[in-house]
Amino acid sequence: MAGAGGDMQWCLSQAKGSLDDDVTEADIISTLEFNHTGELLATGDKGGRIVIFQQEIENKRQPQYRSEYNVYSTFQSHEPEFDYLKSLEIEEKINKIRWIPQKNAAHFLLSTNDKTIKLWKISERDKRPEGYNLKEEDGRYRDPSTVTSLRVPVFRPMDLMVEASPRKVFANAHTYHINSVSVNSDNETYLSADDLRINLWHLEITDRSFNIVDIKPANMEELTEVITAAEFHPHQCNTFVYSSSKGTIRMCDMRASALCDKHSKMFEEPEDPSNRSFFSEIISSISDVKFSHSGRYMMTRDYLSVKIWDLNMESKPVETYQVHEYLRSKLCSLYENDCIFDKFECCWNGNDSMVMTGSYNNFFRMFDRDHRWDVTLEASRENSKPFQVIKPRKVCAGGKRKKDEISVDSLDFNKKILHTAWHPQDSIIVVATTNNLYIFQDKMN
Amino acid sequence: CCDIRSLEVEDKVISPEKAEEAKLKARYPNLGHKPGGSDLLRKRLQKGQKYFDSGDYNMAKAKIKNKQLPTAAPEKTEITGDHIPTPQDLPQRKPSLVASKLAG
Repeated sequence: MAGAGGDMQWCLSQAKGSLDDDVTEADIISTLEFNHTGELLATGDKGGRIVIFQQEIENKRQPQYRSEYNVYSTFQSHEPEFDYLKSLEIEEKINKIRWIPQKNAAHFLLSTNDKTIKLWKISERDKRPEGYNLKEEDGRYRDPSTVTSLRVPVFRPMDLMVEASPRKVFANAHTYHINSVSVNSDNETYLSADDLRINLWHLEITDRSFNIVDIKPANMEELTEVITAAEFHPHQCNTFVYSSSKGTIRMCDMRASALCDKHSKMFEEPEDPSNRSFFSEIISSISDVKFSHSGRYMMTRDYLSVKIWDLNMESKPVETYQVHEYLRSKLCSLYENDCIFDKFECCWNGNDSMVMTGSYNNFFRMFDRDHRWDVTLEASRENSKPFQVIKPRKVCAGGKRKKDEISVDSLDFNKKILHTAWHPQDSIIVVATTNNLYIFQDKMN
Repeated sequence: CCDIRSLEVEDKVISPEKAEEAKLKARYPNLGHKPGGSDLLRKRLQKGQKYFDSGDYNMAKAKIKNKQLPTAAPEKTEITGDHIPTPQDLPQRKPSLVASKLAG
C-alpha cells in the first residue's frame, strides 16, 4: 500500500457525469460507498437512483496497474411518496448506502431515504435455459399439437446480465428523517438513526424493530440537540456511537441495557466560554462520524475541522485538522446563504494513516496523520488531464495573494464536495462534486 | 489616566468569529438569543415541503413532469374510429424513469 501522503501523486483516472452547467436536481449525488473489497462502488442520488460501478483492473501483476470503474448495475431504489397524515412529501433522495459483507455470489446493500430502508440483492446471470418443449425461444407458447419430439432443456451461456431486486423493505419505524444506517459486525443486525431515535433491526425481519436510543424530550420546547450520525463499532458488536448537533459523541454498550439512553462514554472537547459566539454551536455540530478500520479511533467532522478521537480518551480529541479555517471570518455570510449547515462527510484510508474530507470550490483535503502533512486538491476536468499528476491548491486567507493561490472571496460555495470515499485497499479515491464523480489514482501505487 | 493606545489594541483582539457575530446582529437585530436552540432544531426536524393535501401534491408533481418532458411526442397518431387498437398500434409509453447521467 501507499507510503507517506507527501509521496503520493494523484492523477485523474476517470470523471463521470454530465458536463452541463445546468444541474438537474435528480442527478445531485447524495451518497457514495465502496464495498468491503473495493471492487464495487455505489452512488445514490437525489432522484432515488443507485448506480453501481465495478473495478476492472488492467495488468494487475505490474506494479503500475491501472484500474477503471465501469457501470455494473443501475436501478431506481426509492420513489417519492406522500405522507397523508402530515401532508408532507417524502423525498426519494438516497441518504445512505451500506454494503453487507459478502456471503455468496450475490451482493447485498442497504439503501435508505428519509423514511424507508431497503435491502437490495444484486446478482449476476450469465446462463439461461434453452430448448423448452412448449415455449419458443422468444417466450411465445407453441401449439402442443405441433410438438412431435421431446428434448431436455439445457443451460447455455448468455451475455452477462446484472439484476437488482428488492429483497426486504424496512418501513414505518421512523417519525423523523433517517440520517444513518450501519451494519453490525455480527452480520445479522443493523441500526438506523433519525434526528431523535435509533432503531435496531434484524436483516431478515421487516415487521419489527427495537428502539435503542430515544432523545426526544417530553416537551418539544425543551429540545436542545439532535442526532446527526450513528455507527456500529467495526469489531465489537455490542458497541455503537452517535454524534449530536452540539458536537458531542456518545458511545453506547447494548449489553448494559435494552434502552441505551445512558451512554457508557461521552466524547466532548471542552470549549473556552470566552470564545463562545452565536455560531459556536452551529459550527460544532458533527456532520459525520467514522470509526477507523482498526476500531481504536473514531473521526468526526464538524463545519471547520476533522477530529480524531482515541476511544480510550473522552476528554478531548488526540488530533485536530483544520479543513478551511479561513471560513471563520465569513460565518455571517455562510449563515445567510445556509452554507453553514452543509453536512460534509469524511473517510479513512485502508490502513488508517490518512483521512480525507471535502470543502468548497470543488476542493478536497487530505491529512497524513503519521507525517503531519496535508494537501488541498481540486476535482475539476479543466485542471486535470488524464494521467497527469494534479497540482495542490492553496487558498489565500488575506493579505497578498500569491500567483496560483485563490482568495477566499473567489471561492464558489455552490461547488461543494460533501462525499468522498477511499478504496479499502488500493490507492484510489473517489470524490463527488454536485453531480459528477471523480476517480483519482496514485501514480506510485 | 488610561493610555489610548492600549484601548486600541484591545479592539483588535476580537476573534473573527465574534466580529462575524456582530455583523449578523447588526443585520438582523431581532435574531433570537438561542441560535442552536429549539427554533432552529425544530425547523430542521420538519424539513420538506408541506402541501395542502394529496390532491395538491399530485397536481404539483404533474406540473413538474410536464415541464420536464417538453418533447413529449407528437407520435400521437389518432387511432380512434377505424379499428380496435392492438398493443402494437399504441404509441410506446415513454419510460418515466430517466436514467442517471453517471451511467451514461
